[in-house]
Amino acid sequence: MSRIAFLNARIVDPASNTDELGAVLVQDGRIVDTGPLPFNDPAGGAYDIVDCEGRVLCPGLIDLKVSTGEPGNEHRETIASAGRAAAAGGVTTIVLQPDTDPALDDPALVEYVARARCDVRVRPMAALTHGLKGETMSEMALLADAGAVAFTDGNRTLKNTRVMRRALSYAATFDLVVAVHCEDPYLAEGGAMNEGETATRLGLPGIPAAAEAIIVERDIRLAELTGARLHIAQISTRASLDLIAAAKKRGTKITCAVSAAHLALNELDIGTYLTFRKLSPPLRSDADRQAMLEGVISGTIDAIVSSHDPQAPDTKRQPFAQSAFGGAGLETLLPVALMPFHSGDMNLAQALAKVTSDPARILRFSDGSGTLAKGAPGDLCIFDPGTARTIRREDLLSRSKNTPFEGLSFQGQVWRTYVGGRKVFEAAS
Amino acid sequence: MPQAGPILSTRHLLAIEDIDRTQIETLLGLADDYVALNREVAKKRDTLRGRTLINLFFESSTRTQSSFELAGKRLGADVMNMSVGSSSVKKGETLIDTAMTLNAMNPDLLVVRHQDSGAVSLLARKVSCAVINAGDGAHEHPTQALLDALTIRRRIGRIEGLTVAICGDILHSRVARSNIALLQKMGARVRLVAPRTLLPSGADRLGPEIHHRMETGLKDADVVMMLRLQLERMAGSFLPSTREFYKVYGLDSDKLALARPGAFVMHPGPMNRGIEIDSAVADDVERSLIQEQVEMGVAVRMAVLDALSRNLANTRKAMWV
Repeated sequence: MSRIAFLNARIVDPASNTDELGAVLVQDGRIVDTGPLPFNDPAGGAYDIVDCEGRVLCPGLIDLKVSTGEPGNEHRETIASAGRAAAAGGVTTIVLQPDTDPALDDPALVEYVARARCDVRVRPMAALTHGLKGETMSEMALLADAGAVAFTDGNRTLKNTRVMRRALSYAATFDLVVAVHCEDPYLAEGGAMNEGETATRLGLPGIPAAAEAIIVERDIRLAELTGARLHIAQISTRASLDLIAAAKKRGTKITCAVSAAHLALNELDIGTYLTFRKLSPPLRSDADRQAMLEGVISGTIDAIVSSHDPQAPDTKRQPFAQSAFGGAGLETLLPVALMPFHSGDMNLAQALAKVTSDPARILRFSDGSGTLAKGAPGDLCIFDPGTARTIRREDLLSRSKNTPFEGLSFQGQVWRTYVGGRKVFEAAS
Repeated sequence: MPQAGPILSTRHLLAIEDIDRTQIETLLGLADDYVALNREVAKKRDTLRGRTLINLFFESSTRTQSSFELAGKRLGADVMNMSVGSSSVKKGETLIDTAMTLNAMNPDLLVVRHQDSGAVSLLARKVSCAVINAGDGAHEHPTQALLDALTIRRRIGRIEGLTVAICGDILHSRVARSNIALLQKMGARVRLVAPRTLLPSGADRLGPEIHHRMETGLKDADVVMMLRLQLERMAGSFLPSTREFYKVYGLDSDKLALARPGAFVMHPGPMNRGIEIDSAVADDVERSLIQEQVEMGVAVRMAVLDALSRNLANTRKAMWV
């Protein structure tokens, strides 16, 4: 029997809106007690003691949007290397995207990925359509049995509205979550960044904000028609936020997330064609970025994701329009999620909810992950909220180092990460 | 012996929606007599002697067409089969022109199957004989519902109060629509069990309970009625694969165990074995009524032909000099 006592911690459990000094006891990989006082222990005796020295202890982060190159493009990122990056970022559950090669559209592949060796928990989403081609729906019931936690075509928007309707309808049959990337493929085709003045100045082809809103509204209407549980994987514009707020007001079963990059950066940060900041959806105007912060604070946006999608150097060292979309994000999720806390707009529990209990709620994890409830997995993130840190690519554990936050400074430094009571990361002292 | 006198108040039999419970019960009673007749060596009657029955099938069919053919012949009618392959429809004739042409040959009974919903009633308005709907699109197939009812009634002794689960491809099924109407008229509780993609919108408004899982849909069911997955009508993505459909909705003995002990299994045929039904269940003589349904089909169609012929005039007004 392994028992670890985390003493002298600032315990923050967003699910129960707890923020108090105290201790947490983890036994055999699960939380057995938490509280302000050292726990009552009739058996007495043998603990491994971790003195948190007043640091914040919260549930390990759950990141709903992580891409690796495994299988198919392991030079970009493997599940194991993503796991090391996650652990360093305080993330204990990574929800993988199915846009690998081959795509995760077969129960055997989903099982393979779910069982892959990794320091953190791996929960794959499976393809919504065969081969992510947008033509015929995947075997959702079989894939869900194999461990798929939701269904998505990754960063591809399903073009055919009728196929989308049927896929949502079929998913609703089994009450499965469908995650969507909302970007009209015709409007976005060939675009490299947000359409507008900056794109014009840089001479880059643009992707209009409307490309997102059009599909957000389409998919909301289809979710209402079919009764499906829709999760909009990432939004980036005020128009999308308004549409989602209106749908939520009508009672639609819909959730959405924003990426850390879209909370911290805007299109001007592309500066002199920095391809590390070429993301999908593209970085938008600062008004849109502020809308994203507002959405997080108001609760219209349910979760913050890393949108971790590191690219190989050869695909990023290209002229901007030619370079690949995407960047590393697992190691920078926590400090960005703390921004509304540091600005005083949210308390610590509220801010952390967006990366712990809210993602767990979106995918309806029933094992207690994302919380510090008794019986929940001993997945813990212990961090110094106020410690400043400058993001440097050479510090990243991800196999590909392209982070959109290169050179920027944030507050929040992970001290240790535990998964099932096992230490998977410890910061160099 | 079959009772005398009129049974149906209409000239045609186009839909279960058009007939009431008393008429259904009378038809089933008459069909019971024909079941007995069909089991004798001498099966022939002369009820329809001198009458002409035309089977007009715009869609291919084995069991329905041969069932009507036998039913007509056993009642002494002259039976002619017309199928689209050999007709002038291939040459571009419209449905109404075909109907008018056949009508001019003075048939008494016209059995029609057509791929379009409503086509049989359109045709019925243009002819002076009695028309029987042998299936129109995804609308109705009334003699199938009647034969299913006869099968259930003879096996269980009643229909009232039974729970019947109709499972699978409801969306494309005329059998389902006729059965929903008939079983509810007879006082049965009907459940529909299907993925949402194979359920027409507003199906609950027709009266049945809607289920998406066999686990809940089959619970305590007295009869499990499987439908054929109409793969030929599945343009576009209704289902991911037949193997997934079989796993979730295919009737095997494990799923059948969820129903009431001894519950019966039905299927209108033709079956897709290993897709909507497992052979072990389909061939289980204790539980499967599938062969019995075919036998009841002939008897029910004899009853329907008999009943409609009673409403036919004995002389016919000439359409021209």
